[in-house]
Amino acid sequence: MAEHRFQAETLAIHAGQIPDAATGARALPIYQTTSFVFDSAEHAAALFNLQTFGNVYSRLSNPTVAALEERVAALEGGRAGLASASGMAAETMALTTLLQAGDHVVAAAALYGGTVSLLAVNLRKFGIECTFVDASDLSAVAAAMQANTRAVFAESLGNPSLQVLDIQAVAEVAHAHGVPLMVDNTVASPFLCNPIDWGADVVIHSATKYLGGHGTTLAGVIVESGRFPWDNGKFPGMTEPSVGYHGVKFWETFGDFAFTMRARMENLRVFGATLAPTSAWQILQGIETLPLRMERHCRNALAVARHLQNHPKVSWVHYPGLPEHPQHALVKKQMRCVDGVPGGSGLLVFGVKGGLPAGVRFIESARFMSHLANIGDTRTLIIHPASTTHRQLDEAQQIKAGVLPDMVRMSVGLEHIDDILWDIDQALEQV
Amino acid sequence: MDHTNADLRRILQSCRTIAVVGLSADWNRPSYFAAKYMQTAGYTVVPVNPRYTEVLGHRCYPDLASIDVPIDMVDVFRRSEDVLPIAEQALALGVRCLWQQLGVENTQAQALWQQAGRDAVMNRCVKIEHARLFGGLHWAGVNTQVISAQRPR
Repeated sequence: MAEHRFQAETLAIHAGQIPDAATGARALPIYQTTSFVFDSAEHAAALFNLQTFGNVYSRLSNPTVAALEERVAALEGGRAGLASASGMAAETMALTTLLQAGDHVVAAAALYGGTVSLLAVNLRKFGIECTFVDASDLSAVAAAMQANTRAVFAESLGNPSLQVLDIQAVAEVAHAHGVPLMVDNTVASPFLCNPIDWGADVVIHSATKYLGGHGTTLAGVIVESGRFPWDNGKFPGMTEPSVGYHGVKFWETFGDFAFTMRARMENLRVFGATLAPTSAWQILQGIETLPLRMERHCRNALAVARHLQNHPKVSWVHYPGLPEHPQHALVKKQMRCVDGVPGGSGLLVFGVKGGLPAGVRFIESARFMSHLANIGDTRTLIIHPASTTHRQLDEAQQIKAGVLPDMVRMSVGLEHIDDILWDIDQALEQV
Repeated sequence: MDHTNADLRRILQSCRTIAVVGLSADWNRPSYFAAKYMQTAGYTVVPVNPRYTEVLGHRCYPDLASIDVPIDMVDVFRRSEDVLPIAEQALALGVRCLWQQLGVENTQAQALWQQAGRDAVMNRCVKIEHARLFGGLHWAGVNTQVISAQRPR
């Protein structure tokens, strides 16, 4: 008999949390404690040696945070997850667990601005080099691979370019070079796309966005597929005795969740970008309704995209859910269908005729659409990326990242579609 | 996945004495990790390794045939190609379950046990599966695939 496979709607509510053993509480208790008592000196030693699983100190693990880690891992179809204080902390943890001075990363150019800074500036300070490529050009990805390349990094849906990553094709290039593909799946969310199904080895989320969905709480999660052969000779840190954790061989001891254990014990333990239990609980409250919300986000965003396409004051619209999107076939392959059409998330970008000043006028004229830097909120959000989220990049870098000077990014919320269209129209009228 | 969660729960609940073949006395070897964990979880571990006389506070036997106590499970930490004779011996001793550890895969031994109608688990870690199904591994962020409205034990 095969094990029953639960669907995303069920996992979003149940994965990672059964009734509390101590009290029978059905909802997840918040374990607001820094530390956990040991049963005995021997128990303490076994915990520190990783010979038994348990909680020691909330910087390393916490029962409330564990529920979030397991739930996101389950939604992604992965083997294990690890939470962090923010999405950027998750990306930093995924990369710095694996990489060291002298290593090299091949990254998609179409990335969130903070990620570009991490790769181009911060990691470079520590001797980790990065080559940015157009990830839709497979020969460019292959040509950028070097002998010291140890990871390929990209977003499944680029923010804000909304360039779609051909995960299967890029994973094949990475695997041919014996390195993992790390995919940031924040914009798509695990409800619309599961990169591991297409060959990704590590998936990263800013849980602040669609996972939480309420715009109240920062969090990040990394998920490992459990399928990457870390013993292929390129990753001695995975197979040799750990200098950072008294000689444990992570791959030999933990097998298909070795990367997560190494990230937890060598990286999170030391760098300390830990998620607070209350924050984990708040994100989990959001995840319970992720499937419902994503359906509405997709439905509303598609209606907005169609409306903008026909608006006389709009010069162009880019939305992965539109059949006119240049990579629509790929969207169809990788993304879950909502109302019979592939879901493109709630994110879309467009240009207002008249360029930057017209776009700014539009943003400043909105009644309830909020001008702020987040995405994936219940509220509709608007921003001009070139002057905000991607301001640290020069214009050439911005163009490479898919940020056009006149681009307005909209994160379509859950309000009534008639009201969203009304606010768009009245704001465009004032342009 | 060859076994359902229910199968593995039944095996891990019914087998209480585990002979660990190839158990190392070296604290940072996976076999020591697993045996130490199972001991902490309430199982009786019977070490089997000709290199030692005692491991984890228990007498260590040179081979399965020398063991003079009843064994429920044989947990194998040996190279895949060395498993078959161990499997044959364990079958003759009336052991209930043959467990080949993570990375140990002898399909002949597996088939032999399945034909005999006995439980046989291959390429899995007994510690990880126990921690996955009975708590513990959940705290390490692992996807345990446990969905339940029952308060644990």
